[in-house]
Amino acid sequence: MRLHDRWRAGVLSVVILIVFLGLWQIATLPKTTAQVVDDEYAKLVGAAAATGQKSTFPTPLDVGHKLVLAISDPFYDKGANDKGIGIQMAWSMGRVCLGFGLAALVAIPLGFLIGMSRLVFNALDPFIQVLKPISPLAWMPLALFTLKDSSVSAIFVIFICSIWPMLINTAFGVASVRKEWIDVARTLEVSPWRKAIFVVLPAAAPTIMTGMRISIGIAWLVIVAAEMLVGGTGIGYFVWNEWNNLSIANILVAVFLIGLVGMVLDLIFARLQKAVTFRD
Amino acid sequence: MSLFSNPFDSNVRLRCSCGQHASDAEHRLGVKHDNLDSAQARQSRVVEQALMRAVFPQDAMRRKFLQAVGAPTALAALSALFPLAAAKEAFAQASGKIEKPNLKVGFIPITCATPIIMADPMGFYKKQGLDVEVVKTAGWAVIRDKTLNKEYDAAHMLSPMPIAISMGIGAAATPFAVPAIENINGQAITLAMKHKDKRNPKDWKGFKFAVPFDYSMHNYLLRYYLAEAGLDPDRDVQIRVVPPPEMVANLRADNIDGFLAPDPVNQRAVFDGVGFIHLLSKELWEGHPCCAFAASQAFISSNPNTYGALLRAIVEATAYAQKPENRKEIAGVIASPNYLNQPVTVVEQVLTGTFADGLGGVKKVPDRIGFDPFPWDSFAVWILTQMQRWGQVKGDVDYQQIANKVFLATDARRLMTEAGLVAPAAKSKSFTVMGKSFDPSKPKEYLAGFAIKRD
Repeated sequence: MRLHDRWRAGVLSVVILIVFLGLWQIATLPKTTAQVVDDEYAKLVGAAAATGQKSTFPTPLDVGHKLVLAISDPFYDKGANDKGIGIQMAWSMGRVCLGFGLAALVAIPLGFLIGMSRLVFNALDPFIQVLKPISPLAWMPLALFTLKDSSVSAIFVIFICSIWPMLINTAFGVASVRKEWIDVARTLEVSPWRKAIFVVLPAAAPTIMTGMRISIGIAWLVIVAAEMLVGGTGIGYFVWNEWNNLSIANILVAVFLIGLVGMVLDLIFARLQKAVTFRD
Repeated sequence: MSLFSNPFDSNVRLRCSCGQHASDAEHRLGVKHDNLDSAQARQSRVVEQALMRAVFPQDAMRRKFLQAVGAPTALAALSALFPLAAAKEAFAQASGKIEKPNLKVGFIPITCATPIIMADPMGFYKKQGLDVEVVKTAGWAVIRDKTLNKEYDAAHMLSPMPIAISMGIGAAATPFAVPAIENINGQAITLAMKHKDKRNPKDWKGFKFAVPFDYSMHNYLLRYYLAEAGLDPDRDVQIRVVPPPEMVANLRADNIDGFLAPDPVNQRAVFDGVGFIHLLSKELWEGHPCCAFAASQAFISSNPNTYGALLRAIVEATAYAQKPENRKEIAGVIASPNYLNQPVTVVEQVLTGTFADGLGGVKKVPDRIGFDPFPWDSFAVWILTQMQRWGQVKGDVDYQQIANKVFLATDARRLMTEAGLVAPAAKSKSFTVMGKSFDPSKPKEYLAGFAIKRD
């Protein structure tokens, strides 16, 4: 029965996709209107402008064609400003891993400390709440100005944006460990270190993992914005560069791949989350 | 006579008023001597001339000597006395050891940056012994910050930017210099298609315009143009800063009514059927500067030889780009994804000046964009008057001192001469902007003459 349901959901997904692509194709079909300018002029402008119209949104077929092109040669390197999409993805991934890794290194121990004491938690909470919603685009000029290095700035922005969910969730997870378990540990005279590692950590792990899952999602969101701003390398730069060329098809290819990678990252953390979750 | 004339020719005088002509008569007629082809040959000439000047302090004597013995004999005799070949070789490397051969130069993907960009694929940097990576950058603020951070050794900037940075406006005050202008002209006002019947700027009240940056010739020229039509650019219209790549997208989305932008943005709007070219910036001010090649004073003084080599590469690339016969080739090279990332035809239309105007006509304006490296002091003075006019700078300004410090006309002249270009003898010149002449020695009076300005 459950398998049957899954099957039906899968079929429905495919139907939705086909309908979506079909509508897209119909909506963007090039209108076949006559050329309104002379041939000499037509040669100098795009096909749409020659018929007196604005250039149109690409059809799904155009995008598919660009996607195949991008994926068939993902690692080409034709100079500092023109690299394959695979290389760009690798750059972005590297930055995300660094920024996110640093954030985790800071957020988890700090969250642990904050969570242990209700007083500290309440005292720091307003600061965290104010810093949490700041957009990466607002951090970027500050980082560039103070850190004086664009690649460090990009990593810093990922760090500062992805630290908060982890920090809050760790603190919350640690603070809400069941009182009984702490009491049992106390009666057994367990040392504070052992208590932290063998009682509190496993109990808080699912919440911490949820925080990390939210954070990695944010980090992946942030990287595109950060790279669009500082340029140079990465998938965000790729999007910006294609925007520069008004190549909507290539931007859609990148959007699709960004979504795909984001999904894979989320799946990995979902698996990790499952692995540390236990039943009472 | 030219600096590169053959000193072993008895018919040539080694003296002239401006250094470019054989006689005052020729000078007055503005005759341009065709100079030697290769930079190497030109450098040889400079050495030969120096030697002949040393041996014959009086030019008449040199000519008599040559007439008497003939050039080949003279050359042989002097070569025996003086190691001419060795001297030529030494002079070719006279720039000295390059302190920093690996450089990063930032650019914004617009045709103004043509010399900076093409110098990479066309080998102008390599020829000077430099390994330069030209890095595409997202916007003017980022290029400013990356240059201030020393991530870039030098960069493509809008010509008012180094002045603003040096004065500490919109940035921490850092002494910057413009050793060379990139391009003259080459900008345009583009309007959305729906305004094709509103060609008179007097009808533009309430329009929303975009310019690439606050400290840009685009901003000042657009404001000038609007003010001449009686519109106050701060009250009657809205002018926003939009990075060039986003301009066409915004015009298409009806977010703005038009822009005064660098190319290829204008031509791209035409290519995509989104806008039409209302007028070229050269119609406002023939020969106005736009973008500049800029470096910090710190870079220049700590790497004098590198700076010299870099500037030589830029000046030679600029000279190459100025020649109409090279424009098609350049367009093909810089349109690639690594540089401008635009359809070749768009870049070609900008550089060759044969372009679609967006209204169904094909225009032929070969000097739509020009490349001239000479950083006239008076350009800087004019920019300063406009900064004051629109309230970017308050109080008194020492025009000449800032212009002298930021626009390095002397360096440019020396290198242009070395590269075999005709460099002007003066540092300052007057020019006409929209029919009003500008005298660089009277900036205050010029400023006072505007009806619409901020106090």
